[in-house]
Amino acid sequence: MTKKIKNLNLNFGPQHPAAHGVLRLILELDGEVVEKADPHIGLLHRGTEKLIENKTYMQAVPYFDRLDYVAPMNQEHAFALAVEKILKIDVPIRAQYIRVIFCEIGRILSHILNVTTQALDVGALTPSLWGFEERETLMTFYERASGSRLHANYFRAGGVHQDLPKGLEEDIAKFCETFPKIINDLESLLTDNRIFKQRNVDIGVVTKEDALDNSFSGVMIRGSGIPWDLRKSQPYDCYESLDFKIPVGKNGDCYDRYLCRIEEMKESVSIIKQCLAKMEKGPIKSLDGKISPPPKAEIKQSMEALIHHFKLFTEGYRVPKDEIYTAVEAPKGEFGVYLISDGSSKPYKCKIRAPGFSHLQSMDYLIKGHMLADVPAVLGSLDIVFGEVDR
Amino acid sequence: MKSLEDLEKKINSELTTKINNTEIKHNQIYIKIDKEDMIDVAIFLKTNQDTKFRQLIDITVVDYPEQNQRFEVVYLFLSHEFNQRLIVKYSIAENEVIPSLTSIFPSANWMEREVFDMYGVSFKDHPDLRRILTDYGFEGHPLRKDFPLTGHTEVRYSEDQKKVISEPVKLEQNYRNFDYESPWEGTIYIKEEIENNDKKN
Repeated sequence: MTKKIKNLNLNFGPQHPAAHGVLRLILELDGEVVEKADPHIGLLHRGTEKLIENKTYMQAVPYFDRLDYVAPMNQEHAFALAVEKILKIDVPIRAQYIRVIFCEIGRILSHILNVTTQALDVGALTPSLWGFEERETLMTFYERASGSRLHANYFRAGGVHQDLPKGLEEDIAKFCETFPKIINDLESLLTDNRIFKQRNVDIGVVTKEDALDNSFSGVMIRGSGIPWDLRKSQPYDCYESLDFKIPVGKNGDCYDRYLCRIEEMKESVSIIKQCLAKMEKGPIKSLDGKISPPPKAEIKQSMEALIHHFKLFTEGYRVPKDEIYTAVEAPKGEFGVYLISDGSSKPYKCKIRAPGFSHLQSMDYLIKGHMLADVPAVLGSLDIVFGEVDR
Repeated sequence: MKSLEDLEKKINSELTTKINNTEIKHNQIYIKIDKEDMIDVAIFLKTNQDTKFRQLIDITVVDYPEQNQRFEVVYLFLSHEFNQRLIVKYSIAENEVIPSLTSIFPSANWMEREVFDMYGVSFKDHPDLRRILTDYGFEGHPLRKDFPLTGHTEVRYSEDQKKVISEPVKLEQNYRNFDYESPWEGTIYIKEEIENNDKKN
């Protein structure tokens, strides 16, 4: 007697802790082996691009915080660079250092979250408790500089919103001294951990060719052995003058991507240290009154400053007709902004290129033939945040 | 190719009739082509030893409702080998169907789905052309310029029907678009003044 066996369709999410947000993954299972994965995204779609088209350039910045909300300033950076290139304005050197420091803090924030939650997905609870304490410290730095822990709205075309408060530089320097020990602690929990390795080694292997074909970037492409980092290959702001290494993986599996992230955190600490050492006093935003708002004290005394302030916060600055694609190395990969300006004070179009979008797309390719239990491990190592995937 | 100028020459000489216009700005090459040549151009860019644009970064569309050929389709490419970026563009009318790149670049799949969802542009030979970002059963194409910012429908949980229902948008106050435009120009003189002062000092 023969029995007909039908594949089982399993609905993973949209509310599932291991989905890292609102992902609905429809899995076709043959026993415990995944035959096909069809991610349904868009549950967090807020129409960012449409909203930006209806806001001035300055009002558009906060929307970028809400994309990849674990590393907000890295996204703002891409937008600020795009506008600066069209406007052809120079950023004061101190502002460049401040921006790089906070981008690297963002990278550490994102990598801690990813490494520890990936560990959580495969069964280790402690790393996330240790890691989140450090994240809290880092978010205090965000708060002291910008006034808010997460949605910073700190970067501007032409620099940053305000200078660092007294004592912050010293506190960041102190953090840089203590943090490497925390990374070592995390590593002592995970790197040689038998269970962690069993769950991650040789899981979700990506070959070099496939990494290119699937438009991977960031750790996803470096984990497969392609040394590609926009901070090195197409440097922006002051990255050119800094000395840092690009960690590259060998096997392209989840474990190598984990190792890359750990090494990148160490490099980020070294970058922050270099910036702090090189940073000098000076202006923190463009001095052109038609682009950056004047200091409050000046508004009380100067008529011109008052007019500038009024015009900047009503009409906003105008950007000449142009188009540009700018990308930065965000913690998750290449984050790009394709900006079309039409000479008015609002962008005509602003397409956001989120790294997570291409990464999640390849879920089917990555998970085919793996066990159901590997789904959270692979998903975790993709480093998905739905803010940026759904936009 | 080492430099963008060499690349521009190479592309112009290899694809002579297919290229309408090339331009270099912001350290990127912008190429204008016709819809019919997209597949050939993409294959050339990906496989040629001197270009090697192995990665498709993104596909998007720009909407110009006042133009005859309403949509401009934009493809962003990246060559890791030569560290160059290239942008390919062509214009199409509203109901035109355009070729899909999924057979050449697998990552084009979702990007094309997004374009279809946001602008309503259809792709020929796409394996799975469904909406991607908007809700199940959504109507309209949100990123078109004639789609209102507030949308057409809103959803809420209905206590009577015990389910989520969708109804026309009712706003207490309509979306207001203030016109602040004035003949206000950017300054060059401030920069010049600073530079002059620096020189004096």
